[in-house]
Amino acid sequence: MRALRLMPYGSDVPSTGETAVAPNMPDYEEARSRFSWAAARAELAGLPDGALNIACEAVDRHADGPLANTTALRFLGRHGGTRDITYAELRHETARFANVLEQLGVRRTERVFVLSGRIPELYIAALGTLKCGCVFSPLFSAFGPEPIEQRLALGDARVLVTTPVLYKRKVAQLRERLANLAHVLLVGDEAEIAEISGVHDFKRLMGAAGDTYEVAATAPEDMALVHFTSGTTGAPKGAVHVHEAVVAHRATGRIVLDLHPGDVFWCTADPGWVTGTSYGIIAPLTLGVSSVIDEADFDADRWYRILQEQRVSVWYTAPTALRMLMRIGVEVAHEYDLSALRFIASVGEPLNPEVVLWGEEAFGMPIHDNWWQTETGGIMIANYRSMDVRPGSMGRPLPGIEAAVARRDAEGRPILAGDGSLELVTSPDEQGELVLRPGWPSMFRGYLGEQRRYERCFAGGWYLTGDLVRRDADGYFWFVGRGDDVIKSAGHLIGPFEVESALLAHPAVAEAGVIGKPDPVAGEIVKAFVSLAPGRDPGEELRKELLGFARKRLGAAVAPREIDFVSSVPHNRSGKVMRRLLKARELGLPEGDISTLEPDA
Amino acid sequence: MNEQELHDVVIRALTEVAPDVDPAAIDPQTDLTDQLDIDSIDFLNVLVNVHEQTGVEIPERDYPKLATLDDAVAYLLAAQPRGAGTDA
Repeated sequence: MRALRLMPYGSDVPSTGETAVAPNMPDYEEARSRFSWAAARAELAGLPDGALNIACEAVDRHADGPLANTTALRFLGRHGGTRDITYAELRHETARFANVLEQLGVRRTERVFVLSGRIPELYIAALGTLKCGCVFSPLFSAFGPEPIEQRLALGDARVLVTTPVLYKRKVAQLRERLANLAHVLLVGDEAEIAEISGVHDFKRLMGAAGDTYEVAATAPEDMALVHFTSGTTGAPKGAVHVHEAVVAHRATGRIVLDLHPGDVFWCTADPGWVTGTSYGIIAPLTLGVSSVIDEADFDADRWYRILQEQRVSVWYTAPTALRMLMRIGVEVAHEYDLSALRFIASVGEPLNPEVVLWGEEAFGMPIHDNWWQTETGGIMIANYRSMDVRPGSMGRPLPGIEAAVARRDAEGRPILAGDGSLELVTSPDEQGELVLRPGWPSMFRGYLGEQRRYERCFAGGWYLTGDLVRRDADGYFWFVGRGDDVIKSAGHLIGPFEVESALLAHPAVAEAGVIGKPDPVAGEIVKAFVSLAPGRDPGEELRKELLGFARKRLGAAVAPREIDFVSSVPHNRSGKVMRRLLKARELGLPEGDISTLEPDA
Repeated sequence: MNEQELHDVVIRALTEVAPDVDPAAIDPQTDLTDQLDIDSIDFLNVLVNVHEQTGVEIPERDYPKLATLDDAVAYLLAAQPRGAGTDA
């Protein structure tokens, strides 16, 4: 069974150049046998009487110690310039924000949303919110008004922090329908904000607030974060995470990302999604390292320059970005001095083996793929530094995590034995649904207001991930596909139902079916098939009108990139859109042979 | 193609990929992705479309050089094969 070979740069052998630090987890098997979440919990600072608060672990703990004057966050401006915030400064800034919320009368457990790019105020608001016991929920700035409204309403938002541009473009029109949204705080130009009614000036409130605040003594099970995710049907789901999640954020930062004191860490994910919060904000801070945050979007030379100039040592990025870098050519990577880099990890969608191998060529080290999802709150399965990378594999379960493969029936539900237990796959390489044994600290504790939907995620004592996988003879897991119709585009989950609903709101559309179309860069792109209302003729004009209509409502990240007209959209007898059939047609597979797309074929 | 024609090419590509964009509202000197609701995949599709219309090869590494409308037109003007026709 033992198939672990140490990489050439494993525990005893120096890695690239001068950066020969020993891995935090030198031996996977040994770590698995020894690991306990209780021990991981004991490494936290904690608060008196068993209280636990993410902001204390991420900020105040270090601001009180030798790291006080260490850079916690370094922001790289869109058009040049940097702003450094030390742990001591971050404590004061987050205290100010906590005081602002208190003065506005916002109470514990109430939700504070942020809709912005990667600006310092986002990070300060996130941690300040946690500090006073409120709940933080991020929104992706490329969402259109519709996804924003849905999430603010479902999350019962009390406070929204955003910018004047985003407010005017996307939020002002929703305001009267969001009765519970009591306070909107805008970050930006004072004069511009003064002209907008019904909002506060973030900077002015912060300037008037005190810079000390005693961290709220939240219980480990108190709600801390809400991350929205999409399913095949229905509205988005608000996955609830609690303060105890920080145990897993910190442990995975050590074990998987191999963060060491003095590291410069760059997580390229946007905090609008779970990776950008768990690893773009919380995990590196709990370990006292310095994070680099780029306010600009992807640009190949800019990214290489950041890796070089900031001396980034640990880099956590995504397959879409890596594939874009790969297209530009390996020689570009070699123009830069990337000698500080010692570990690269990737998440978002499966990393194809070509990219892993290209990473060897470009950076002189493999790219370590890992797997997790919004509901798991943190990394669950990974290729570790001290283990051989299997290109194309998501790796092996984290110490403390029990993962298995469940057999599914024709409807795609896991098969339960007579005693209520799950029928698990035991032979290697047999496909099934990835399931995890509940109980790790960052596991979601519910979907906001949707207890039944939450309960349906569990069967036979396991959490059902919805992802289809196989496990090889050595225990490495391999991603096969989604078990449902959810689309994975550029690492983001998109619910086809949300997109179909938006299209159906157009009077020319009779039926709509939405699928993920394979794409060499984004993994999948959103593609819509629509049939038209009587009397409406398909044509270029209407196609563009529908594209624009969907984009205005949903935003660039969610709207379809392609629309095809069809005479009818296939539905089954119960009226469900048969997306698998649409996908088979799109991929040129015989329509009678859609079994090849079925999970249990 | 002359400057005006190239300007029209870029606008056509933009409204093809993102029909919600109002060409009249574009500030020619501000980054397109900053002022419009387009993401990096849209931007890539815009430049692919520009290439199809003009035949001008745009190495992906040069994409940031076409970040604003003015920059894009200037880039295309300089990159056009000398004396090239418009039958790309």
